[in-house]
Amino acid sequence: MRRGITATALVAALALAATACGGDDKPEGGKSSGELSGTVTWWDTSTVGSEDKVFKKLAEGFEKKHPKVDVKYVNVPFGEAQNKFKNAAQAGAGAPDVIRSEVAWTPEFADLGYLAPLDGTSALKDQDDFLKQAAASTKYKDKTYAVPQVIDSMGVFYNKKIFKEAGVEVPASIADLKTVSKKIKDKTGKTGLYLRGDDAYWFLSFLYGEGGDLVDAADKAVTVDKPQGVKAFEVVKDLVDSGAAKTDATDGWENMQSSFKDGKVAMMINGPWAVADTLAGAEFADKANLGIAPVPAGTAGHGAPQGGHNLAVYAGSENLDASYAFVEYMTSVETQAQTAGELNLLPTRTSAYAKQQAVDSEIVGFFKPVVETAVERPWIPETGSLFAPLVTEYTKVLTGQTTPEKAASATGDSYRKLLKGWK
Amino acid sequence: MAVHTSQSVAKAAGDDVARGRSRGTGNPPPPSRLRRALSVHWYAWTMVAPVVLVIGVIIGYPLVRGVWLSLTDADERNVARSIGVNQMPATYEFVGADNYVDALTGTQFLGTLGWTLVWTVSCVSITFCLGMVLANMLNRRFAGRSAYRMALILPWAIPGFVSVFAWRFLYNEDRGLLNKILGGAGVDGVPWLNDPTWAKFSVIAVNVWLGVPFMMVALLGGLQSIPSEQYEAAEMDGATPWQRFRHITLPGLRPVSTTVILLSTIWTFNMFPVIFLLTRGGPGEATQILVTQAYKFSFEISPRDFAQSSTWGVLILVLLMLFAVVYRRVLRTQGDNW
Repeated sequence: MRRGITATALVAALALAATACGGDDKPEGGKSSGELSGTVTWWDTSTVGSEDKVFKKLAEGFEKKHPKVDVKYVNVPFGEAQNKFKNAAQAGAGAPDVIRSEVAWTPEFADLGYLAPLDGTSALKDQDDFLKQAAASTKYKDKTYAVPQVIDSMGVFYNKKIFKEAGVEVPASIADLKTVSKKIKDKTGKTGLYLRGDDAYWFLSFLYGEGGDLVDAADKAVTVDKPQGVKAFEVVKDLVDSGAAKTDATDGWENMQSSFKDGKVAMMINGPWAVADTLAGAEFADKANLGIAPVPAGTAGHGAPQGGHNLAVYAGSENLDASYAFVEYMTSVETQAQTAGELNLLPTRTSAYAKQQAVDSEIVGFFKPVVETAVERPWIPETGSLFAPLVTEYTKVLTGQTTPEKAASATGDSYRKLLKGWK
Repeated sequence: MAVHTSQSVAKAAGDDVARGRSRGTGNPPPPSRLRRALSVHWYAWTMVAPVVLVIGVIIGYPLVRGVWLSLTDADERNVARSIGVNQMPATYEFVGADNYVDALTGTQFLGTLGWTLVWTVSCVSITFCLGMVLANMLNRRFAGRSAYRMALILPWAIPGFVSVFAWRFLYNEDRGLLNKILGGAGVDGVPWLNDPTWAKFSVIAVNVWLGVPFMMVALLGGLQSIPSEQYEAAEMDGATPWQRFRHITLPGLRPVSTTVILLSTIWTFNMFPVIFLLTRGGPGEATQILVTQAYKFSFEISPRDFAQSSTWGVLILVLLMLFAVVYRRVLRTQGDNW
């Protein structure tokens, strides 16, 4: 009950602070002091070298509003954060107060009992303002465990200069992608597409493009080993074997970014999270050189995955009240508008799209409709577990160690082991 | 020291008892074995107690717990957790030897074991041969010998993960130095870590590079302990260099080489950092050895499969113990006093 009162008080205090003076932090409930204090440690997973600077600055802005709170910003590499958080949370030591939790991790963390439910706390404000797709992953068993921070999807990033040199247009389908890549190779000697081979997330748009899916949660069925799944594996294998795309089994992110930024490949599939880093590259000193288009369609149409990040509060945090307030602050309309303007990240609040910074960002403008039609994954605790078996088989296919049929069926088998009782 | 003391005390005490009996003055019956051992060796026991305690805590407990977990179906979701207000009791159950049956009848364990053996045998044999060659070369007198020795010990002096990361940069297919050099010579780039076969070659190469200094230093020490009179005598008898190597150097190195081979085998079998930091077991699972796979079960997949991970851990322990026993047997039949 105590927390409930403080929570309402906090919302009130924040509202006041937002207007102008923020002088009166006396709660209406008559409690002596609602002033927040203590330390809030935040694990951010944004891209180092570009996004992290902005998020650090924003996080520290919270200290200005609440001078007694000390925000500790820690950037944890995205690839390690899920495991690091689990280690710390389970050990009960060293876990942050607030974690930037990828959408698929959120139900898993919640299921494991690592997250504090946020319903009725100050973390959630104007819930109806959130995009429906963004809010979906924050719910687990009728409770809300996180607040959506950014939403994203994927598109094809292309180097306009190389495209002009080769005299090609943006490929609309995978068949086009192959001819475009070939022309680029013939005319400029450069590779058409960089396809990440060490992360199965980059496989999803091909799987959805062929009309496949990993699992069907409504039907409780594993679908990755259906013919569409096999077809998707065939498509990516063909792209690499034919030379239309190049790939790596290790260091995929660094290799992808550097070869695209240095103009060694003409295209990559990527999301808004890569924009700030890409624009820092030599080829994109003139920002207009970067083009973004929808992912090439498969035989069943366009199919980019919907992703994003939430902010969640660790259940064992010693400073829950300040953490709730911090989460609210980091997901507020003002903060989201600022990240949209400075980093071209997509807000999760409808009202943030109306802000000038969001309106001015071409990339936000491009991705907004993409996100609306992007394929949503089922938000079950196991969604975060589906990638480990998939990436092994995906890399095996790309490096010629297995056939698409075997890869699809091996992935399906491990999913059935994971999801007990599914078809 | 402790051993020494207890022995002398034991002798003295034994004498006492004997004397007491011979007198036959109706003394109480001799104390039980345990009590006697305690009263006689109490000093030794007190001295070793801290060591026993520490070993029990840092080795015994995890070992027992690992074996116990391997007999259950424990995973991330059913172990006890206590996070803030959330208290979740453990709900995993005893499943007997199921995990072992699964591991030993499935293809994954045996497949991984096959590559682990190839990896261990090739790493140890190449490292040993190279170490032997280098040790023999550096055992001669020539200008700048100590500088060479220092340079060859360098890989050992650098922290393992630093050198492995350096190798990872060298191996990078597009931007790595190795492929740039090859490109300069007009050779196509090699997919060092991206092709399963090349990746296997690459991880072995790095491990050999890391392991040679140890072999070299150990064998060099062994070489220096072989009396030079033997070589002189052999030379007088007209033995060729090869004969001298075959019949003096090799037998003379035997005590050292058997030990370093055993150590090196155990280390290589469990060489986690090289594989994990270079390829993470990839591409696919091409370079996954038993320990990295056990780590993957416990830390990388979700839900984390503690039961399967400890099963693999126990199996690794058993395999290495078997190896050590067999190795010792073989050496003993060949006349080594081990």
